[in-house]
Amino acid sequence: MKMRKWLTIGAVTALAAGTIALAGCGSTPAKTAEPTTPAKAELSGTLTVAGSDTLVNVAQAWAKAFMAENPNVQIAVKGGGSGTGIASLINGQVDFANSSREMKAEEKDQLAAKGSEAVETKVARDGIAVIANSANAVENLTKDQLGQIYRGEVTNWKQVGGADKPIVLVSRDPSSGTYEYFKEAVVGKERNYAKSAKLLPSNQAIVDEVKANADAIGYVGVGYESADVKVVALDGVKASVDTVLDGSYGLSRGLYMYSNGQPKDLAKAYIEWILGSAGQQIVTDEGFVPVK
Amino acid sequence: MSVQRNRVRQARAVEAAMKLVTGACAAAVMLSAAGLLGYLLVRGLPAMSWSFLTGMPLKDPPGIWPAIVGTFWLTVGTAAFALPVGIAAGIYLSEYAKRGRLTRLIRLSIANMAGVPSIVYGLFGAALFVMLLRFGLSLLSGSLTLACLTLPVIITSTEEALRQVPQDLRQASLALGATRWRTISKVVLPAAAPGIVTGSILGLSRAAGETAPVMFTAVFFLTGLPKSPFDKVMALPYHIYIMATQPVRPQPLVVWGSALVLVAGVSIVNVAAAAWRSRARKKVRW
Amino acid sequence: MSESSEAKLDRSSRAATRRAAEAVVGRLISLSGWSAIAVLTAIAVFLASNAWKALSDPQVGLIRMLTGTSWYPTSTPPLYGFIQYIIASLRVTGVALAIAVPIGIAAAIYISEFAPARLKGIAKSVIEFMAAVPSVVYGLMGVYVLGPALKDLFGMQSALTALSAGVVLAFMALPTIISISEDAMHSVPSELRQGSLALGNTHWQTTRKVIVPAASSGIFASVMLGLGRAIGETMVVLMVAGNSMELTWSLTTSARPLTAVIAGEMGEVVQGGLHYSALFVVGLTLFVVTFLVNLAADLVLERQRARWRR
Repeated sequence: MKMRKWLTIGAVTALAAGTIALAGCGSTPAKTAEPTTPAKAELSGTLTVAGSDTLVNVAQAWAKAFMAENPNVQIAVKGGGSGTGIASLINGQVDFANSSREMKAEEKDQLAAKGSEAVETKVARDGIAVIANSANAVENLTKDQLGQIYRGEVTNWKQVGGADKPIVLVSRDPSSGTYEYFKEAVVGKERNYAKSAKLLPSNQAIVDEVKANADAIGYVGVGYESADVKVVALDGVKASVDTVLDGSYGLSRGLYMYSNGQPKDLAKAYIEWILGSAGQQIVTDEGFVPVK
Repeated sequence: MSVQRNRVRQARAVEAAMKLVTGACAAAVMLSAAGLLGYLLVRGLPAMSWSFLTGMPLKDPPGIWPAIVGTFWLTVGTAAFALPVGIAAGIYLSEYAKRGRLTRLIRLSIANMAGVPSIVYGLFGAALFVMLLRFGLSLLSGSLTLACLTLPVIITSTEEALRQVPQDLRQASLALGATRWRTISKVVLPAAAPGIVTGSILGLSRAAGETAPVMFTAVFFLTGLPKSPFDKVMALPYHIYIMATQPVRPQPLVVWGSALVLVAGVSIVNVAAAAWRSRARKKVRW
Repeated sequence: MSESSEAKLDRSSRAATRRAAEAVVGRLISLSGWSAIAVLTAIAVFLASNAWKALSDPQVGLIRMLTGTSWYPTSTPPLYGFIQYIIASLRVTGVALAIAVPIGIAAAIYISEFAPARLKGIAKSVIEFMAAVPSVVYGLMGVYVLGPALKDLFGMQSALTALSAGVVLAFMALPTIISISEDAMHSVPSELRQGSLALGNTHWQTTRKVIVPAASSGIFASVMLGLGRAIGETMVVLMVAGNSMELTWSLTTSARPLTAVIAGEMGEVVQGGLHYSALFVVGLTLFVVTFLVNLAADLVLERQRARWRR
């Protein structure tokens, strides 16, 4: 009796183990079969893209259009930040990392330690527009003035030709690519932002604050320019897709997609499509500047 | 004589005044809650439609189906990890543990766990589940992180529910020759079930509304529906945050609609649990 | 005969397996009892080990971080001073408690001592509702409703200030303060209440002289737990506080509390890098502070429990 009981338990355990093993075997070939199938006409499979919040909208639009053209393709896009995206790439969790800054030496080392190398593709450019409240009388600033304002040396709009009102500084948070670019290009490599700057978590949050606050100044990607705020000209030129394209506007930076080694198969098709006319048209539609 | 009457009159006046003041405070709190609910309804109801609830975010009009599904699975995953451990720990504290230093330490840990900020759980989850254990940004990492956060609520409510079961019931069962575990599983647990379930649902619904712990452990802004525990998911709270702060073209309808769905979902589950508890309590009385 | 002996054997073997199962279950349950200690220890260990890189870096280190007032992760050398963020947490939390403590305790007194039974039931469910509303929804209300209203009311330069965030946090701390204070007053033995009333005291005199003092440690604990909730809240401050790093005690300027620093920067940093590690130092600080606050609350609550346990 006791024997029978143990036999039953043993049989059940063996059966369970067998099922799990079978399931495991069953799923492995299915997985490896996937990438071998993509024929020219029919792409299939899944891609995961993560990273920069600046790029998230355009990345989303790319994914949407590409999936519409290739119904068997699934593309997941995540924001969360450039660092998150690159870390996910290093850990092999994503196919592409979107980044609004160039990959840092530390990160390249981490990837090299895993025997791999990041391949950078510049997929779009972003003009950095300086914005102020629509009630503000200041139309133009020089780059020097802008630097003084953000370093906290100029603290009143009166000093740059506006009303006698204190300037409210609005910036992105210190880990964002925009913050870093703006620091290098405007604030100064060896200098720092004034401590009074509001470090907001997103471009849209900056637009919202500048819209609501009569004394605020902020900087955002040209895609975020809207009728609710005034775009302040820098050295006489207003930021727009056109002025960045023809090179007359000074503040623009690259936006990148990184892959683990040269992209292959579906990933290769995707990045080529992004750099092609359809992909770059979406870049323009989303308010960014195409690479060509 | 008249001095005394004056004093009584004065005391009554003070009483009336204080009743008014404290009542006003209570009313202010109630009214602001009502205001919050009303505002959510006014802003969120126009968004409600079948396509909003069951559609995909990239379609036009946008839907929030993957966020609803993601939040559902995150909550289920949280329950799968937190319930067995939490209920067992509650049983331990109520039925097994002796009053002593160790028990005191465990209780202290539970109280402190309940107070650890949710963002710190997020850091912990990112370091342990995402990085060290290599679960990546996934349903699994998010569920485990949320499970840690929910554990103290489940332990406490289980223990409390068990303590309310009268000692006589246990003794009667033991006297009939039932073992300790049989007494617990057949007598004590069923009697305490309503309390345990309500408490657990309260804890889980809080987990469902958390943003900070899943930001760096589980959520994707945009993805399909999860197919395995290692997939990334969308989650309603994070979707609300992102839609409120990120998009180039703000979509207030999506933001407030999602907020209403989240609040309504959490409240409905809570109300159902509370109703069930009060019905179950009416049935069993001691 | 053979039948009955087999039955006997069967019964005894079943009893044996059951006893074995019982032992296993007992072990598992005792093990689960340790789970809270295990998780709490794991949190401390992981925060500390990830924070170590910044703490041991000769250019950063704990002393510089705790005495510095500049947080410039991208400057050369990077600066990670964060005392201004600690003060920001205090400013925001201070506002929250200044509003939530008096209103919360008064509301708890009304609900526990004056409210008719039906109203009490409604009030309790409303408070449960307030506690269940997710923080990101409170954040939305702060950004779109309360912030702008406060800006107009106080003539502030911006809606994103310590004051706005503090007011929103007050709403989030209220349910905690009310429900725990109310519990404490409710659990004061009714003989005390009746005794006082029988001596001719009014309800208010009874409340003030008997109930509140008797429940004082519970009320204190509710305040501490509300404080813990306010210090640890992330989404609201990220969205509403405005996030500037000035070292100031002003309430009408922006603030960047500890939680907002982590949530705002964690996504973009190089994982495993110095900046990443510095964020874990901030997390560790938050952990230690809330640990102490909760410890205080728990010790006081324990005293309360011991007082009424007979």
